[in-house]
Formats: sequence, C-alpha cells, structure tokens
Amino acid sequence: MEKTHPLPDERGHFGLYGGVFVPETLIPAIEELRKAYGAARKNPAFRQELDAMLTEYAGRPTPLTFCERLTTALGGPKIYLKREDLCHTGAHKINNTIGQILLARRMGKTRIIAETGAGQHGVATATVCARFGLQCIVYMGEEDVGRQHLNVLRMRLLGADVRPVSSGSRTLKDATNEAIRDWVTNVHNTFYIIGSVVGPHPYPMMVRDFHRVIGDETRLQLHDMEGRPTPDAVVACVGGGSNAIGLFYAFLRDTHVRLYGVEAAGEGLNGRHAATLTKGSPGILHGAMSYLLQDEEGQVQLAHSISAGLDYPGVGPEHAWLRDTGRVHYASATDAQAIEGVKLLAKTEGIIPALETAHAIGWLPDGIREMARNEIVVVNCSGRGDKDMSTIAKHL
Amino acid sequence: MQRLRERLAACIRRREKAMGLFMTSGFPDPESTLAILREMDRGGADFIELGMPFSDPLAEGLPIQRSSERALQGGVRMKDTFNTAAAFCAESNTPLLLMGYANPIRQYGISAFCRDARAAGIEGLILADVPLEEHLPFASEAAAADLASVLLIAPNTPNDRIREIDKAATGFVYAVSITGLTGSGLGAIQQVEAYLKRARDMVREHPLLAGFGIRTHEDAVRLSRHTDGFIVGSALIEKVETLWNDGSKPAKTHLEEIRRFVRALKNGDEDA
Repeated sequence: MEKTHPLPDERGHFGLYGGVFVPETLIPAIEELRKAYGAARKNPAFRQELDAMLTEYAGRPTPLTFCERLTTALGGPKIYLKREDLCHTGAHKINNTIGQILLARRMGKTRIIAETGAGQHGVATATVCARFGLQCIVYMGEEDVGRQHLNVLRMRLLGADVRPVSSGSRTLKDATNEAIRDWVTNVHNTFYIIGSVVGPHPYPMMVRDFHRVIGDETRLQLHDMEGRPTPDAVVACVGGGSNAIGLFYAFLRDTHVRLYGVEAAGEGLNGRHAATLTKGSPGILHGAMSYLLQDEEGQVQLAHSISAGLDYPGVGPEHAWLRDTGRVHYASATDAQAIEGVKLLAKTEGIIPALETAHAIGWLPDGIREMARNEIVVVNCSGRGDKDMSTIAKHL
Repeated sequence: MQRLRERLAACIRRREKAMGLFMTSGFPDPESTLAILREMDRGGADFIELGMPFSDPLAEGLPIQRSSERALQGGVRMKDTFNTAAAFCAESNTPLLLMGYANPIRQYGISAFCRDARAAGIEGLILADVPLEEHLPFASEAAAADLASVLLIAPNTPNDRIREIDKAATGFVYAVSITGLTGSGLGAIQQVEAYLKRARDMVREHPLLAGFGIRTHEDAVRLSRHTDGFIVGSALIEKVETLWNDGSKPAKTHLEEIRRFVRALKNGDEDA
C-alpha cells in the first residue's frame, strides 16, 4: 500500500494531532501491533489475502451509481453514490474488520474485542470472527443497545458476546472506554479491532489504509464512466471519520477536488450535537489528540445525534489535521436534515441510506447549491438504512 | 519536589516501606475531601495522591470510576482541587501529588497548571495516560515548576524500557502490579513478585513503589518486599464510599474509621 501523503510521522502524529496517550500496560501491545502492521503492509501475501477476502467475501468492488433522479431533483451537479451500502453486512465497516482480523490471525491473537455505536462495526467484527472462528466480545452503550436492537440480534446470531455499557453517556464514547479497559486487562491474548480512524497510533493510519480502497475504486470507476478520475467535489459523513477518510484519501493531492465532511449537528449547533470539528477544540481522548467536545475544565461532553454511529464527541486525528490545513471543509447536518436525506434518497433513487449516511445526503441541497450542472459530485453511501427503520419510522 | 524526595529517602533510610494513599478530589462530596486527607495523613500516609476527576478515566476500575463520576456530579473543578491541596499543604508536611489524565491539564494549559499546582504546594504529577512517548511537554513544564513527574511501568514492560523510564522519571517510579485496572485482583502472587523483583533490578535511579490491587496490610507487605513502598487507592475509595453511603453514623465516626483503616494498612494492627 503506497502512501499518497507522508502522514502520520513515525510516532503517529498528524501535525499536532494523534500520538499514543494510553496507559503503560498498552504500550507493548501497541508496539507489537505497529510492527506487525508495518510488516504486513509491505507483504504481498498479506495484500493478496486481503484483496481476495474483499472480493470474494465482502463483495468488492462496490458500484459507483449515477443518481439521475436525485440530480434532477436538486437541479445541480451530477451526483454519484459510492455504494458501500452494498458491502457484506451493509456498510463500509467490513473493509476494516477484514484487514484487522487477518492481522490478528497473523499475530496469533485468539480473543477479539470491539466497540460499537450504531452496531455496524460490531456486526462487521462479529461477522469476521464467525468467519474465522474467533471469540468476539462487543461493547455497546446501553442507549445504543436500545435504539439499534436489530444489530444486537445480528451480533448475537453471529456468536458475539454483546456487553451493554452503563457508564457515562451510555453510548459509543463509553463503549470505547470499556473496550480499552478490557484490552488493558486482557492484553496478552486480545486484539482490539477499533472501528474508526481513532485511537492511539497506529490505528488511525491502519484503519485509513484499510478503507482507502473506497476512494481508489472511485477514481477508476469515474474514469470509466466520465472519462476523468477526479470529480469536482466529494462528500461523506463524519463521526469518527472512517468512511470519509476512506473516500477522501485518494483525492487529497488533487487540490482541485473539493472535499466536504458532514458532521452531525443534532438538534442544532447551539443545542445538543456531535459536530466535533465544527464546534469542538483540541483535546485528548481514547489514546490520541484530536478535536473534542469538551467543557472549559477539559471534561468530555455528551454528544447527541439521531444517528448512533455519529454520536461521538471525538473524531479521528487526521481529520483534525485536514481541518486545520483547510484541505477538507467540515460542514454539518441536523437530525431533521438527516431524516429529509433518508426520504429524498429513498424516493428519488430507491436507496434507503443509514442515518449516518443520510447526513451527507441531507446536506446536499444546501451544500451543492453553488455548483454547476456540468460538475460532478461523489457522495459516499457508507451504509444502508435497514438497521434504522424503527428510528426513521417515528419521523414518517 | 524536595519534600517528596526527602520523605521517600527518609523511609528508605529507616528501612520502612513508604505508604502512598490515593483519594479523589471532590469525593465523596466537595466538603469532605480535605477532612479525609487529614485523616489519611494522621493515619500514617507518607505521601498522598489527590485524584483529579476526569469524565473518561480509562485506567480505572469501578471504584475510582464511580468516585470520579460522583465528584464531577458534585461540581468539583480544578480550582477546587488546588484549593483543597493548598489547605492541606498549609498544615502538613506530607507530600501531596496530583494524579489524573492528560486532557484536563492540557485544557488548563500545561504551563499554567504546573505553576498553579506548585503554588498550591503540590510536589508532583502522575498521569495515567501519558507514557514516555508523550511525556516531554508535561515533564518539561513540571520540571520548570519544580514538580516531580512520576512515570509508570507495568508487568509487560520490557527491561530496556523500564531503564528508560527510570531515567526519564522524577520523584519515583510507579510499578503497576498487574496488567489490569485500578482495584483489580492481584492474581498469582509469585508472578507479581517475580515482576517486582525484575523491576527492582532495572530501577536504580529512583525509589520504586508498587500499586494497583493492594487492599490489605498483607498485600502491602508482600508487594513491597522488592520495592520501597506501596500505594493504595481503590480499597480506600471503597471504604469511604461505604461509610458515606451509610447515613446512620455521624461524620466524625466516619473519619475515625478512615484513620483506623489507614493505620491498619500500614501497621497491620486493626486496633491501633
């Protein structure tokens, strides 16, 4: 996997951000992971194994779909969707869990743990654990266990032990705390499959590398369909930021491509929200320095989003860096805009997106208003919305 | 950090194991912390770690997690912690350290934090999520303010890294006794002892103290066989939690019980 830009540095820093803010007990495990991943990413056999799994098991490449009726409805640029919702398990998350499980096997780890918010990463982890016969424990906030019940059932059917977390906000932040505590306690035999581009180095880099296939495929597909590899704009939702980095990474050096990350504005940016890059400030959480929703005492604040997958007060350190450098523009969409996004895509294209994805869709009417009809925008359709039907039903 | 250094040196000279005790600032309520610190001192603490509550304490087991949550709900702020520290340090020579997580300090401003901590009489800092890799910005400001920056080692820390940590730390080296959270069980004692013996061979420049999982005087004796002393946190927090949740007795008897508990930790004499 060649690099297209030289970050992070050796110590896992993206400018000010990233690093390894973890208890000493985890340092040997992180060091072991850093070395194992460093060897694997250069090893053609690992690459082959990964590619075969992505093709034969996950269903890659995913299509790039031209949205004719959505384009007409919005009256602006040509809109394409990168169809990560068509991946096995229904979201992009499987790209990363396949990569990490192959690494865990190489490292001889027998016990897999994960955190999950919406349950998509939990399902993707439980899936690959079932595929390879490994023990799987998923930490999930009690609040999310309630609102994403279908995914809890899927994980249990796949053989995972889903452990509800009742501390703090009882959502993704606290599920992550609990997963890290498990890792500290069981570090000798446990591999922690982190679900986003967050956590201590090398996770933000490694998870990005496993998802960059999204953008790499998009370039090739766009070239075939439009005769050019780069669109004029790229849009993705951002919680921790894994699907966004996966799509953005292939276009970072093409400075004429405008990149938009859409955060969850919840009830509005002056109310409860999860717009970390828009409204937060630099801080340290879950092993890395990045942007954070925090009070003036440095206590982490509760995030809020209608979408459990975006309901997180932190964000990946590479996004923090991309925000500060201005390479990516971070915008936001409210709960209401997300619901409108679901309806819009369902009615114009026959695609029901996940509530996370729906933030990117819901942002489009405002976000692309200035764009010309001959321009092209690619939106990452990061997941499908079946899991969210009970939440969506309340707003129909 | 002179007081901390002298206190630990004095313990070592007397061939006495140093006892460090942890208490969360603002726990069980904002008014009681100072009174509890006084009893810990009278009960025989050689130094005290005052915990700075954090919303996401990832190295902590349930007792300290609960204490942090309760303290934050009670509205404790960094300036309250400094005030408590200043009040304690004005009346006692027992060294006081602050223990916690990086983010509240970063948010306060590392330099301003170290200056204000020193002004309150604090002797040193222990940060659970700042390993050697991220230590420098904190350590340099701490040094400039004459604060010790204690570093931790764990049972899975390789020998050469322990030596590096010994070189980079000031004050003492904190040997986490188990691969686990605060308040966990100690597990197989032979393993713990073998690790502490190995650590003792590597840590040559600083006092070495063992913590995590120590609940009784017997635990303390066993874990300080190869070290210069021991640190107790969760067991004391649980004691306070139990006492304060039981509304049947007056606060004065709670405080007496804390002192008795602390004496017993140090001396093993329940009736002391």
